[in-house]
Formats: sequence, structure tokens, C-alpha cells
Amino acid sequence: MRKFAIMAAVVAAFATGAQAEDLTGTLKTINDTNTIRIGYRESSIPFSYLDQNQKPVGYAMDLCMAVVDAVKKKLNKPTLAVSLIPVTSQTRIPLMVNGTIDLECGSTTNSKERQKQVAFSDSYYVTSVRMVVKANSGIKSLSDLNGKSVVTTTGTTSDRYIKQNEKGENLDVKNLYGKDHAESFLMVESGRASAFVMDDILLASLIAESKNPKDFAIVGPALSVEPYGIMMRKDDPQIKQVADATLQGIFKSGEGNKLYNKWFMSPIPPKSVNINLPMSDKLKDAMAHPNDTGI
Amino acid sequence: MFKYQWDWGIILSEVPGTDGEYYYQWLIKGFELTLSVALSAWILALILGAIIGTARTAPSKWLSWPATIYVEVFRNIPLLAQLFFWFFALPELLPTAAGDWMKQRMPYPEFIIGTLGLGLFTAARVAEQVRTGILALPRGQKNAGLAMGFTLTQTYRYVLLPNAFRIIIPPLTSEFMNMFKNSAVTYGIGLTELYFQLRQITGDYAPGNIIEVTAYVTLIYLVMAFIVNRGMAWVERKVAIPGTIGGKR
Repeated sequence: MRKFAIMAAVVAAFATGAQAEDLTGTLKTINDTNTIRIGYRESSIPFSYLDQNQKPVGYAMDLCMAVVDAVKKKLNKPTLAVSLIPVTSQTRIPLMVNGTIDLECGSTTNSKERQKQVAFSDSYYVTSVRMVVKANSGIKSLSDLNGKSVVTTTGTTSDRYIKQNEKGENLDVKNLYGKDHAESFLMVESGRASAFVMDDILLASLIAESKNPKDFAIVGPALSVEPYGIMMRKDDPQIKQVADATLQGIFKSGEGNKLYNKWFMSPIPPKSVNINLPMSDKLKDAMAHPNDTGI
Repeated sequence: MFKYQWDWGIILSEVPGTDGEYYYQWLIKGFELTLSVALSAWILALILGAIIGTARTAPSKWLSWPATIYVEVFRNIPLLAQLFFWFFALPELLPTAAGDWMKQRMPYPEFIIGTLGLGLFTAARVAEQVRTGILALPRGQKNAGLAMGFTLTQTYRYVLLPNAFRIIIPPLTSEFMNMFKNSAVTYGIGLTELYFQLRQITGDYAPGNIIEVTAYVTLIYLVMAFIVNRGMAWVERKVAIPGTIGGKR
């Protein structure tokens, strides 16, 4: 209802809007095909995931839909079709590069490696890579991992942080690999691995969704600090400008805090679980000084 | 608007964040593991499959029924489900001490479970091939063997099985090639073989070069399967008995 009211007001204000410049890149494609294609994740809670009605929802999805509204306003196309396309961490970059999706809204880290192929908006989340352990295991720091097994998810770079620290602290750690986050968490839950290293928000949401959240604890130093951004095609200044302007508007107006609390500090679908992770200082900083610096 | 940035030399590049590690080293490690798990599982599958396939054709119900049950169970459950059972479910079903040993202290758990899962799965299929080979022989062969004074066991050993194995070398080659392809499924339990390395490299390390790395890995799998194919063709020629189906015309 609220979104409809905003859209209606915006359309009324810009009813006679005319293009001031030629459209290029993604905006041109969107204009020509009358469709904007959004890539979403199926289980990146709480950024982009399917709720109990199999509808993609989440913190990143809300931000993306605000960008979609801004695109509709800019192109003066209130009836622009929005096409939602599921992606995985393997397919998101190829699908972006070949034009299947125009924006990717999930939990994609803004990294220099990725910037070789795609571009990112200003960061809307900052995560630290830490580890989850069983609360009664007594593991508090990296050195407690000596002689134990540590699991990470295949395809993520979390294992190299352990390896780098391994060399630094002469640890003997067995590296295990889970096929996805759920399997990696299962390995810790069943006792196969002593720790699961991953972005702290993913760990917090896995703990919140588990059968006995009290059994787990997130411990250890921040092995890496990673910003998330909306992914888009490279060398495409127009769509980036729209996305950045939208995000900056949301952050500066306090809407960003409201959105954060909606997804991180309140019960969320599908099971009305509350992740209960207060906003980190790094994220407060990123909202106060929007930037798209990658790691 | 296909703006993919090609980089065919990606596998020769150094892994960012490490000191002197290159992507092709990861592929080699993966290749070695694929080879080991596929060959170990094949030996298991061949031996177990031959026994079970033969047992299915035996006149004694005590032999043929357990064999049939084995084949039906292991053929009808997908390989990944079987691997997950051995890796995740079995330790929970065993008594706590045994389960903990399986989870924490077993050496090379992924390799052993991978070999076990692959071997048991393929053994069911090999058993069917062996049974087919035996049934394809003319009925007169068994009767002639018995008439000559052989016991049933001796008839199998000296008359039926040698011929049956030679007949089924082509479908057995298929199974052997499948073994190498199915070994990719063991990435699901964390075995760091070739497909795992593909997922690892094209995940966060080199996400921009998925097409090139996939092409290289596909090539490696193709070459492995081709070598198996040609190797088995050579075996077929070497063991052919002149005058029988596989022999010289």
C-alpha cells in the first residue's frame, strides 16, 4: 500500500517527464524491451530468499525494488514489467554478463576479482567473516582450532583466511568443504567439523533457523570485512547512477535504518524467526559515507 | 551484449592471496583424487558386482534372493542420496562411540565413503551386466558342462563365466566410463576431486572465468573417459577367443 502511494506520487510529479539524454547500456535495453530483469537468490536469508509463498523477499530485494521504482520514474514507464530470475553464486556473473539479468540483488560481495567482469552499486551491507562453533566446545579463538577440522562452503574464499592465519599461527587444521551453507552448518551441528567459517550474517541466520539456536555461538576475530552491493554490468554509468542515487537517498533519509531493523531485528518470513543482529559500526559507516570500494 | 572478458591463461595464474599457489595445481590435485576414487570404486564394483550377478543366476534361493534385493535397492536410489546416507545418516544411526569415530577420527572419510558409495552403486549395475552375460549364453553350455561331470561351481568357473565376461566387455566399458563421470558426485560430501576444484575455482576465486575453467575441466574428463574406452577396447581384443562372439571373424 505504501509502495503504491509512493509510486503514484512519483508518477504524478513526473507525468510529463521527457528524456534529457540518450539512454545507453542497461537503461536502453530496459526501455526497448519494457522489462527489467532482477536476479534473486533462493536462500540468502535475510537478503534475498523465497518466503513461504515462494515469493522472493529480503533486505536486498527491498532495496532493489526501490531502484526499480527509480528506473520506472526515470524512463517514465510506470507499467514496466519486472521479471524475477533466480540465480546462484555460480550463475550470477555469467547471467549478468550475457544480459539475462540487469541487476542482481543478493549477498554478492563487492570484490576486485569480480570487478573485472561486473560493477557494483554503493555497498548496502558490510559483513565480517567469523566462525560458528558449538557453544560447549570451548573454542574461542583461532588457536583453539589447532588439530581440529574447519568447514567452509565450496566456492567461497573463506578457507584461504584460515590458511593465511594457519601459516601465521602455525595451526594444524583440517579443511572440510560443504556443498552449500546448509550442509556446512550441518557438519558443525552433527559434530563432524568443529567450526564453520563464513560471513557472520549467514551464520546468524543459520543459527536462528536451527532447531536449538542456544547450542551455537559465533566466535573468533573478523578474518575479513566484506561489503555487499547490487551487481550490474560494467562500464554502464547510467544504471549505476540510478542505483547509487536511490541507495544514498534511502541511507540518508533514515529509511535504511528502518529497512535494516525490518530484516535483522524483527521476525521475518518464513518462520517468523528474529535474527537479532544489531547494525555493526562498519555498516553505520557505510551508510553515512556511501561508497563502492571492493575488497 | 556479451561483454565477457576472456582469459584462457587463467589456470596458469597465481591464486590471489596465496604465495606461489597456481590454479593448475588445484586441478592436478583434483585430477589425482578423481583417478584414485574412480579406480578404487571400480575394483570394488567389479568384484562385488561379479559375485552378486553370478548369485542372481544361481538355482539356490538363498543366493539369488539377497542378490536381487541388493540390486533393486542400490539401482533405484540416486547416487547422491546413497552418498549422503553413508556420510551423514549412518554415523547418526550407529551407537554414539562408533558414530563419533566415523565423524571425527576416521582417516580420509570423504575418500572412503566416496569409494564405498560409488562402488556399491556401480556394483548393482555391474551385477546386472554379469547376469545378462550369463543368461545370453546358450543353455546348452551349462548342461554340457554338467554332463561332462563338472559340479555347478566348476561349470560356472570354467565354462560360463569366462565366456560371459568376454561378451559383456562393451557394456562394462560403459560402466567404467560412468565411474569416472559419477566420481564428480562425491563433491557433495566434500571430496576435493576435479569437479570440486572446478566449483572452488569458479566460485569466489575466479568467478569471471567460469567458461574457460569449465572448458579445461570438461577436456580432462573427456580425455579420461576416452583413455578408458580405448584401454578396454585393447583388453577386448587381447582376451577374445577365436570362434566366439567377441573373437576373430
